[in-house]
Amino acid sequence: MISTHDISGPYAHQKTSIRRTMALVMVALLPATLFDLWVFGWPAINLLVLTLAASVAAEAGCLSLAGKRLPLFLGDGSVVLTGWLLAMSLPPWAPWWIAVLGGVVAVVLGKHVFGGLGQNVFNPAMVGRVALLISFPLPMTMYVAPRPLFGAGSPGFVEGLSITFGGWDYDALSAASTLGHVKTELARGVALDQAMGGTDLMALVMGTVPGSMGETSAALLLLGGLFLIARRVISWHIPVSMLGALFALATLMHWVDPARFPGGFYHLVTGAAVLGAFFIATDLVTSPVTPPGQLVYGAGIGILTYVIRTWAGFPEGIAFAVLLMNAMTPLIDRWVRPRVYGRTLRGEPLQPRRKA
Amino acid sequence: MKLFRIRGGIHPEYRKEMTAGKAIEPLPMPALLHLPLQQHIGAPAVPVVAAGDRVRKGQLLARARGEISAPVHASTSGRIVDILPFAAPHPSGLAQPTILLEPDGLDEWTDLPPPLDPFSVPREEIARRVAECGVVGMGGGTFPSAVKLDLGRKFPIDVLVINGAECEPYLTCDDRLMRECTAEVVDGVRIMARALGVERIVIAIEKNKPEALAAMAAESAAFAEVEVVPLPTRYPMGSERHLVTALTGRETPARKLTADIGVVVHNIATARAVHHAVRLGRPLISRVVTVSGRAVREQKNLDVRLGTLVSQLIEHCGGLVEPPVHYLSGGPMMGQAMPGREVPVVKGTSGILALTAAEAHERDTMPCIRCGSCVTACPCGLVPVEMAQMIRHEKLDAAARIGLLDCLNCGSCAYVCPAHIPLVQYFNYGKGRLAALQRDRRKQEMTKRLAEQRAERVERLDRERKAKMAAAKKAAAEKQEGGA
Amino acid sequence: MLIAIGSLTLLGALLGAVLGVAARYLRVEGNPIEAEVEALLPGSQCGQCGFAGCKPAAAALVKGEAPPTLCPPGGRAVAMAIAEKLGVSVSFGDQEELEPEVAFVNEDLCIGCTRCLKECSTDAIVGAAKQIHTVIAEVCHACGKCAKVCPTDCIEMRAVPATLATWHWKKPRVKVAS
Repeated sequence: MISTHDISGPYAHQKTSIRRTMALVMVALLPATLFDLWVFGWPAINLLVLTLAASVAAEAGCLSLAGKRLPLFLGDGSVVLTGWLLAMSLPPWAPWWIAVLGGVVAVVLGKHVFGGLGQNVFNPAMVGRVALLISFPLPMTMYVAPRPLFGAGSPGFVEGLSITFGGWDYDALSAASTLGHVKTELARGVALDQAMGGTDLMALVMGTVPGSMGETSAALLLLGGLFLIARRVISWHIPVSMLGALFALATLMHWVDPARFPGGFYHLVTGAAVLGAFFIATDLVTSPVTPPGQLVYGAGIGILTYVIRTWAGFPEGIAFAVLLMNAMTPLIDRWVRPRVYGRTLRGEPLQPRRKA
Repeated sequence: MKLFRIRGGIHPEYRKEMTAGKAIEPLPMPALLHLPLQQHIGAPAVPVVAAGDRVRKGQLLARARGEISAPVHASTSGRIVDILPFAAPHPSGLAQPTILLEPDGLDEWTDLPPPLDPFSVPREEIARRVAECGVVGMGGGTFPSAVKLDLGRKFPIDVLVINGAECEPYLTCDDRLMRECTAEVVDGVRIMARALGVERIVIAIEKNKPEALAAMAAESAAFAEVEVVPLPTRYPMGSERHLVTALTGRETPARKLTADIGVVVHNIATARAVHHAVRLGRPLISRVVTVSGRAVREQKNLDVRLGTLVSQLIEHCGGLVEPPVHYLSGGPMMGQAMPGREVPVVKGTSGILALTAAEAHERDTMPCIRCGSCVTACPCGLVPVEMAQMIRHEKLDAAARIGLLDCLNCGSCAYVCPAHIPLVQYFNYGKGRLAALQRDRRKQEMTKRLAEQRAERVERLDRERKAKMAAAKKAAAEKQEGGA
Repeated sequence: MLIAIGSLTLLGALLGAVLGVAARYLRVEGNPIEAEVEALLPGSQCGQCGFAGCKPAAAALVKGEAPPTLCPPGGRAVAMAIAEKLGVSVSFGDQEELEPEVAFVNEDLCIGCTRCLKECSTDAIVGAAKQIHTVIAEVCHACGKCAKVCPTDCIEMRAVPATLATWHWKKPRVKVAS
């Protein structure tokens, strides 16, 4: 019998755990991931496996250095999720060293230098992606058009290995992502309707376009995100405020000058907007804990994303926006709090309201 | 009736089905009764009997001391064996002065005070009788009920709320009372309303008790001032402040009472005790206790004489099927762990739970992943994760600034925490520490004052002695001079 | 170049003069914080900290020569107040805090000499010559001076027992999995 003397109540607990939370997120990611693996074929499968392996190995190394219990902490699932999200943000045909380097940087620099699970300030997957993006811009922006598995033009297993391990040059097949294409065209002075000429918004929603895995199949990702909200793993605040801010700002700018700025819907379905809103920005550790704080944080990410996409050097800005707002999280948590029962927002007791 | 929204809350596994269908049955007379002098909030009662005295059922054993206190009465007739320290039903396991009463088996009543007609006597008379009969809040708060019935004199009260939410998992004693003793409860409620001088009574019952709702609605249909309101099933709906907000939309200011916003809340079992006290002159000497938890062979609702040991209740329920990890007094959310089975049932014991490890679902604590579940669950709008962190680093004042003392210990945060962090224990520790520091500070101030006073006195005495010596010297010198 | 040297010299001289004047006119006698710290101490001059009394102890605290936890009768409350005043961190380590104590007179041994009475700085001991003395527990602040002067060693310091009113939950010993 456990001594009752040193454990205070409550003596009932929800059957929940960190592992279960992480598992639910993975379940939510699964449909989109399977679809993307089918769309991009063997090289994408190799990339996902390699990223996961590198992340798990890095985590195991860090945990044993820190002297923590391996089975318990590897089993919590957080590192698998980190690796998975990182892989989703890479170009699907990226070479092996991108996967390995990204996984190691994400886990070691993104998570364990801060003290491991729950201690990190920045989203580890985005730390990995941004480190790769600014170090190796070329391979990080080499996308391919979809080539569904077992279909015509899809590389076979052996070909896939040679793509991943660098023996095979797929330059000839490369294509720009929609955001990248439109941005380049606009920079060249092409009018917007022309730059977007070939853009099929429906294809963007479904995901049959060039891009990283997480940038495509907005519909399936949305499905997964709604599942997470339904299961109360995440709340609606961050996705709604982030997508809302992005949409509102884009719509406003489109209204100001339709020839230069694409509309709100375009911004929602291109790039990693949906993945970012439901899976990246909502990372539990690095987002604010209070609902009003989450609204501020989400809106910040939406606005920054739009600013980076529209005026900065990179076509996609989710990763940067998330990292910048991660840095703001402690401040948001400090300043934006729920109202305490019986007190005003500023913490003063309410005035007794008496009936005469 | 339109209900108002309250924030947060959880939907725990209620597990009330184990006892909801069990009718209240009387527990056989135990061989020895242990009646603690303090079964209520406030000053302990003062014994008026001594070892060897013969007492009859309902006789006063210990009288109330001061404004906030309650007397203790004999639960049956018999002989006082002793008054000695005995383990309290409290997690500390500390002993407290307890009257040992050996029943003589006759169970013979003492001369009770005459019944009152609550609707013809002066209002104060009701509160006086309730105080005399030792009635306290039986939901677990154990605040002397008479004090709360007297609030009508200090505050303009317009609503009496009867808390039949019973939102704690497992407990069904109020549910059973509402079904089986409906008339007594409703009469008690009306007596309390008369004592408070309020015109409007709201009996609030969670929807997971449809039979109780139906019975209470039928019984109170005859009284226009009584309204029976179904509440959504959500923990902690039965928290006094939140219940009042849900029913009236009024929010109790921090560090104030619900009476400050014109509402007084009483519990179902208390209403019945008031009925007994006023209509029959009977003091509070027994109560209904839910005995539950999967470690008990047969879960039951028992009518128990105060002072009966918990072990006897469990024995009557067929003993244990497996050793429990916890013995609790009250529900699993806000109930208190007891040091063992050899502690008495007191006025605030609404339930006795023997929980198995599977039920309690306790796990090793993992690092916080800042998921914010605790923030969402908190009905008070606090940020438990941050408070716990501050308390862990002994920043008690900082924790108090962000609302530690506004926490009502409902345990919703710790219930939902996926990292299994003992949040409530941090808060308990923090609150206890703050209170201890407050006591320390007061003592320091007293010490300083006393030390200063003494230093002053010593100095003054010294000065006086010196002055006296000087005067004596001077006198002697003068005398000498005079003599010369 | 010359202008630069000249202006800097002038600036230096001017500021120096201001500082000099300020030092003369705004001078503070003694160290005010010392008095403030002394005010926080119990003032019973018990000497348990190893200093002659509360004033020298305050001086040592201000100089950083003694830890804020130096005062046993003050306990945690005083330690935290001092730490806050001096802006230093206070660590109680794993020690289960300074357990509050109270003096206790063993009545079988007391000879009624009144020495402890005279020593007690809070008048917490009552008694008279040739009569057994007793301690008023609420007033005793456990400085231990009485125990030192007792010729029959009949005074001992005992831990104040916890009661239902003072007991509180311990800090969770978190077994954060590692």
